[in-house]
Amino acid sequence: MRDALRSHTIEVRLAVVLAVLCIALSLSAPQFATLPNLTSLLNNSAVNLIWAVGLLVVLIAGGIDISFAVASSVVQYVAAQLLMSVGGGNWLLGFLFCGSLGILLGLLNAWLIHGFRIISIVVTIATFNAFFGLLMFFSGGRNIYNLPDWWTARIFIFEHENAQGIWSELTLSVAVMIGCVIATWALIRRSNIGRQLYAFGDNPEGARRAGVNIAVMQGVAFGWMGLMAGIAGLCQVNIVKEVVPNALYGRELDVLAAVVLGGARLGGGKGTILGCILGVMFVAVTQNGLNLLGVSPFAFQMIIGAVILVAISTANIDLSQFFRNKEARS
Amino acid sequence: MTTAPAERFALRLHKVSKAFGGVQALNKIDFEVRAGEVHCLAGENGCGKSTLIKVVTGVHQPESADLIELFGARVDRITPVQARQRGVSVIWQDLALFPHMSVAENIAFDDLVGLRPRSVRYREMSARAGEVLERLGVSLPLTAPLNDLSIAQRQVVAIARALMNDAKLIFMDEPTASLTQSETDRLLDIVRKLSADGVAVVFVSHRLAEVLEIAERVTVVRDGNLVGVYPTEGMTQARLGELMTGHLIENKVDARDLPDAPVVFEARGLSRHGEFEDVSLTIRAGEVLGLTGLIGAGRTELAHVMMGMRRADAGSMTLEGSAFRPGSIREAIAKGMAYVSEDRLSLGLLQKQSIADNTVISVLRQLTTASGLISDRRKADLVRHWIRELGVKIGAPEDAISTLSGGNQQKVVLAKWLATEPRLLILDSPTVGVDVGARAGIFRIVRALAEQGLAILLISDEVTEVMHHSDRILHMADGRIVQAYDPRTVSVPQLEERIYA
Repeated sequence: MRDALRSHTIEVRLAVVLAVLCIALSLSAPQFATLPNLTSLLNNSAVNLIWAVGLLVVLIAGGIDISFAVASSVVQYVAAQLLMSVGGGNWLLGFLFCGSLGILLGLLNAWLIHGFRIISIVVTIATFNAFFGLLMFFSGGRNIYNLPDWWTARIFIFEHENAQGIWSELTLSVAVMIGCVIATWALIRRSNIGRQLYAFGDNPEGARRAGVNIAVMQGVAFGWMGLMAGIAGLCQVNIVKEVVPNALYGRELDVLAAVVLGGARLGGGKGTILGCILGVMFVAVTQNGLNLLGVSPFAFQMIIGAVILVAISTANIDLSQFFRNKEARS
Repeated sequence: MTTAPAERFALRLHKVSKAFGGVQALNKIDFEVRAGEVHCLAGENGCGKSTLIKVVTGVHQPESADLIELFGARVDRITPVQARQRGVSVIWQDLALFPHMSVAENIAFDDLVGLRPRSVRYREMSARAGEVLERLGVSLPLTAPLNDLSIAQRQVVAIARALMNDAKLIFMDEPTASLTQSETDRLLDIVRKLSADGVAVVFVSHRLAEVLEIAERVTVVRDGNLVGVYPTEGMTQARLGELMTGHLIENKVDARDLPDAPVVFEARGLSRHGEFEDVSLTIRAGEVLGLTGLIGAGRTELAHVMMGMRRADAGSMTLEGSAFRPGSIREAIAKGMAYVSEDRLSLGLLQKQSIADNTVISVLRQLTTASGLISDRRKADLVRHWIRELGVKIGAPEDAISTLSGGNQQKVVLAKWLATEPRLLILDSPTVGVDVGARAGIFRIVRALAEQGLAILLISDEVTEVMHHSDRILHMADGRIVQAYDPRTVSVPQLEERIYA
């Protein structure tokens, strides 16, 4: 137990800070700790979390991805055309189309990175621009409202009406998000493929010498990110009931900051699902709290930026280092 | 030649050749390792040792070979995976471990490699890793990240990983380069244990004393050619050094008395809590003062205080007669201090930058013209001057520093500091990872600098090094200077006994 606490300092700290934040908010904003608020918090975080676990896998493997949010938009647009052309389809086809399109876009990133030995940040900034440019060109920037009924239908996995007649509900996206989180956990924590991803991110040369197939690892990492981006795109349409080509533009940096906040190391080899969830929820709760406290939405970005900055810089102050130095010498 | 039956050999190579471009890295080399033997592969940097290891482990394919035989079976072509399956493991100098993964996972990592998906059983992994460590007689925290371990412990993890693959032949490339003496002794104990278990170990090391202590036989390679195979019994360090370099390396005590030389640096009662206590010493112009003792004795910490990187709690320092209390390393450098740190690779050099840029980095201000820009001509002059002065072997000054051998890199570090025209030069373990021939070159420079009047503090835990290259020796233990020695009135074994007792 002590070992587990010690090796997960960032997660433990973040959990404590998040708990303190939640307690403070429930004391200062009465609506915070209510079922309707908490369920909508989860509903609104589902897409971010799906992206986040995908990005976590890429970060663990030592890469970075800037293009995933825009990739989700591309998937939405292309999937909408394809589904309408096959007569509307259904959820199964929706997952199939969005998932495979996402994987294809992810594999394109992986191929560019591995095949041409370009670092991932450069490749994904390029594909970010290329994806978005192509999308705007072909869509003409127009929203798509003509979508199959199943896709825009609300599906609840949990419903509850309180005494005042206010409904609390969890949408399908939350269930999908839970599925993505569990699948990603199984991949990185329980499978030998995931452990090879960690090793590759931690020490690429060491992994290569041990016989880890580097090309496949890049493919798995970015392919998984792509799969998550596809699924996130599918879910986001279900939430907003339309395809808006530029709706997701810019969301990638929020997710990246949240995942790094959760302890994933830029540079690879480190990061956990728990930390990733805590990071995303920390940002979401902060935003929700500001909203409930009546802070101007224009101040949100600034405050959240400052909070992330403080959180990340204090996470790097290792108090135990101070004692360890003394021990090492004696 | 021995006539033992073939199966008694872990490895036999006959007339193996390998060339890269026009360079003949290996020229018809014969190399044999008996089962369970500790064998040393000796030679200077670039002599072909690494190429030989890479041929055996399938990283390189030889141009021609009369025979490659592993454990009595002839092999035509070998790949890295096959080599591992047949029981050949290499522990590279950089260990190739994974710093953020647990100790257990590092040891058992090779079981996880492959594209067939399967689930990870952490408990089983820990149990197996624990068993291997037990076999080595070592206990390590299995769940801790590798990062938390010392270099010596990581070395053990790398050995355990090799054993996990049922290695019967382990190559160790410079395993002791960054270990202290006591850590080295422990590692050598493990190597003996492996050998007793029937595992053959091929040991590559620049530290000749170690080679002679641990190995039964030594194969010497020079410029890609086999010099010979010798039993270590009856072999001396001097003879081995001569075989490796092709010329005799003189290592004799060469201390001088300098009673009239002015005192350059003096420390009185210097203390820093938890690091060192009541340290007093003087260094005269032209003197080489050796400072030795176990790692953790406070030697490096003392150097850091002298350089203004940390502050002393008590005591005083004087530099050339005036009080010296540096508040930063910049101030210390400006007043004439220079410090060649232990960790040359990460702290002393900017590996990706050019030789020229590394040489001038500490004196950029001197090179600026009235316009505030750096004068290329002055820079080129300065670089040329030091390269010639120190005899650095380079291609072009614009080549990256990483293209140089360890010995030549160390010379560039020296050049960088000498360009600041220091009054006192601190050398902290200057020959770690530097081979015999280059070592002699570095100490020739050190002696020449001393002759020109530079005061030098030589910190080293290699007793022979301080014995042969200092005028006086201070022995530091547990943060205190316990004794001063004159190299002319004490012998290496006597001094070693006092330090390691």
